[in-house]
Amino acid sequence: MIKVNNRDFQWEQGMTVDDIMKIKKFSWPKIIVKINGQHVEEEDYKTRIVNDGDDVQMLHLLAGG
Amino acid sequence: MDIKVLRDNHKLLAEYKYELGKIDKGYTGRSLFVNISENKIESKPVSQMMKDKFVGGKGFGLWYLWNATTPSTKWNDPENEIIICGGPVCGITQYPGSGKSLVCSISPATDMPIDSNVGGYFGPLLKFSGWDALELQGKSEKDIIIVIDGNNGTVRIEEASLEAVDGHVLGEQLTEMYADNEEDKRNVAVVTAGSGAEHTRMGLLNFTFYDPRRKVARLKQAGRGGIGTVFRDKKVKALVVKFSSVKGDLNNPFDQGILNRTGIKLHKEVHDLDPKQNNMRKIGTANIIEVMDEYDLLPVMNYQYGNHPDTQKIKSTVFIDKYITQGVQDGCWYGCSLACAKAADNFLLKTGPYKGHKVTVDGPEYENAAGLGSNCAIFDPEGILELNFYCDTYGIDTISFGTATAFAMECYERGIINKEITGGLELNFGNFDSAAQLLHQMSKGEGFGVVVGQGIHRMKELFAEKYGADADFLFDIGMEQKGLEYSEYGSKESLAQQGGYGLTNKGPQHDEAWLIFMDMVNNQIPTFEDKAEALHYFPMFRTWFGLYGLCKLPWNDIAPANNKFTSEPAKIPEHVQNYLDIVYGVTGKRLGTDDMVRESERVYNFQRIFNIRLGKGLRKNDKTPYRSMGPVTKEEYESRQERYDGQLKEKIGYDVTGKTTEEKMAVLRSYREDQYEKLTDAVYKRRGWNSNGVPTIEHLKELGMDLPELIEVVKGLQ
Repeated sequence: MIKVNNRDFQWEQGMTVDDIMKIKKFSWPKIIVKINGQHVEEEDYKTRIVNDGDDVQMLHLLAGG
Repeated sequence: MDIKVLRDNHKLLAEYKYELGKIDKGYTGRSLFVNISENKIESKPVSQMMKDKFVGGKGFGLWYLWNATTPSTKWNDPENEIIICGGPVCGITQYPGSGKSLVCSISPATDMPIDSNVGGYFGPLLKFSGWDALELQGKSEKDIIIVIDGNNGTVRIEEASLEAVDGHVLGEQLTEMYADNEEDKRNVAVVTAGSGAEHTRMGLLNFTFYDPRRKVARLKQAGRGGIGTVFRDKKVKALVVKFSSVKGDLNNPFDQGILNRTGIKLHKEVHDLDPKQNNMRKIGTANIIEVMDEYDLLPVMNYQYGNHPDTQKIKSTVFIDKYITQGVQDGCWYGCSLACAKAADNFLLKTGPYKGHKVTVDGPEYENAAGLGSNCAIFDPEGILELNFYCDTYGIDTISFGTATAFAMECYERGIINKEITGGLELNFGNFDSAAQLLHQMSKGEGFGVVVGQGIHRMKELFAEKYGADADFLFDIGMEQKGLEYSEYGSKESLAQQGGYGLTNKGPQHDEAWLIFMDMVNNQIPTFEDKAEALHYFPMFRTWFGLYGLCKLPWNDIAPANNKFTSEPAKIPEHVQNYLDIVYGVTGKRLGTDDMVRESERVYNFQRIFNIRLGKGLRKNDKTPYRSMGPVTKEEYESRQERYDGQLKEKIGYDVTGKTTEEKMAVLRSYREDQYEKLTDAVYKRRGWNSNGVPTIEHLKELGMDLPELIEVVKGLQ
């Protein structure tokens, strides 16, 4: 199990940041990704492996509309 | 009709000559007062107290409105005013989004003050012509126009009976009439309403700016709250301002250099990052149509649902690829590189009095596509553009029209109203022809269009009283609050946004706070106190734009590359600092973020008390329809059963096994309504209000807003 935005999320072996985004259907272009407080750059989403127990933040930047 | 014939028919009713004057650090120091009952035109000084406590923009507008009206003033009383004011930063050309005007009046929709912000050239040219604000009072017996000539220092009230009423025609006629030549047209700005504003309570004001490449007068809208209805009730056909020497330093700023540097920094950001972020330069706010669908936030069929498979037919790329002209300057004021005022050119109209005409459609903005499109289940880009065009030219708010039509459609589908009541219109979801007919009826003042044009609040009363509808059910599904229709976001899964709509001064318009991602997706504000803090900061921050004449979009529809490394990225701290620098550059006032919030709090609390003075503004007025909070019907619940069942189990510990949908809905509703009440308590406390939503005298003293007239209103409600 991992945390995504402070909510429990089912972890799978080999899961990447990109995999989580696809499962969560996160398509907004301005998302800040942090794993255990460390920033992940967009070009690394497909290769950055998420480990069991990680705290993942995917912060959507839109406080407007 | 020949322009000369139109002009020769004008009859001069009053003329006023004035010294042109000079702007000092963003202020002209005077306002133009026009009373059209008495044909009186005067100059009024802007006091230091007004600058200190109300800053400008909607602050000035609300202050003038308070002084002009009484606790019993109605929207169509002569003393009601329409005030247009930009604010001290309005008119700079260095920083994107700096040409906004704020328009205030007592609303025919809400019977209390409304404020609506708008682009176009009128506000800046009004200031450069020598006036911080235009204060319009009275009612004329015949159609008039008011012409402000900022080159020669004259203001004229002229009877104008032959001109058109509809915005796109009248804007062109008056631009042509008052420009010396083609090149001079950009120096003329016109404010109009339209024929639909005469027969509805959702009339808007169109503010023009002349587009020299397209060679048309483009239209931007002060849309919310029916100010166009007030305008036509006063028999004002149009306002015209002319000023021919726009330059980048006309505000006589305190420090021009800081404006230049701050502007260049943002222009570079827009250039480098907009294509990777929101694509505002290509499609404007409509970039989020498919995003809202993907996050289950797009209003579909009167907010019953949050997405639909047919959204792909109206997604932003459809408009980019087929309809929206690319590569032209689309800023609604000089210097706006974000350029979101998109338009579809040579659009062939299929219905109505302009059928067969090829026109420029200003839009679609997101709200138009969602309100006129998905919310009415009209997943047809050309249908959306047609409705968009007619709403604008008839002077009808696209948001109120879209939400009210969606409500009428749901009532029709559920048999609450029928063909006999609608005069033969088949108001099924997705029926573009009937939606267009409603609009044309609003223009002509006939048929069921006039009923829909009164808005949801009055439709609910009519359907219950005359047709025996269940008033409680109508309250649940009628997406209005305080008399104003909701704007186009589903808020069921975000408690904070339920407050962002419900705990507002003017009604459920998202311009105070849009917290859905912070709350529902990011889970950044989990507690009531967190949400209350957000529902304090963001409404105050966003109120501030309306005090200075600024557009909100360049704040967060573009973000600096390093924004993600800041401690509060949702606030975009670098851009907040930009605004503080700009205000310093224009006025010489060095503000911090706390000062910014404090300036807004003064005006925000003033507006709350203004509402109370008019018999609103209390806790009971902040109650919201249940559809903004959760599933009203069985179909809504069952369409997202897994989500709701899961929440019942996780958040309440309710075992759903063997329970009927009705039983589960009742438990969920009780929970969600209780959450809203608790949120309300937390927000009122954070804002310095008592449990009835009334600002405390102690808080007013802290703000320096313990003015005797305000204390008089609230002292009995402490």
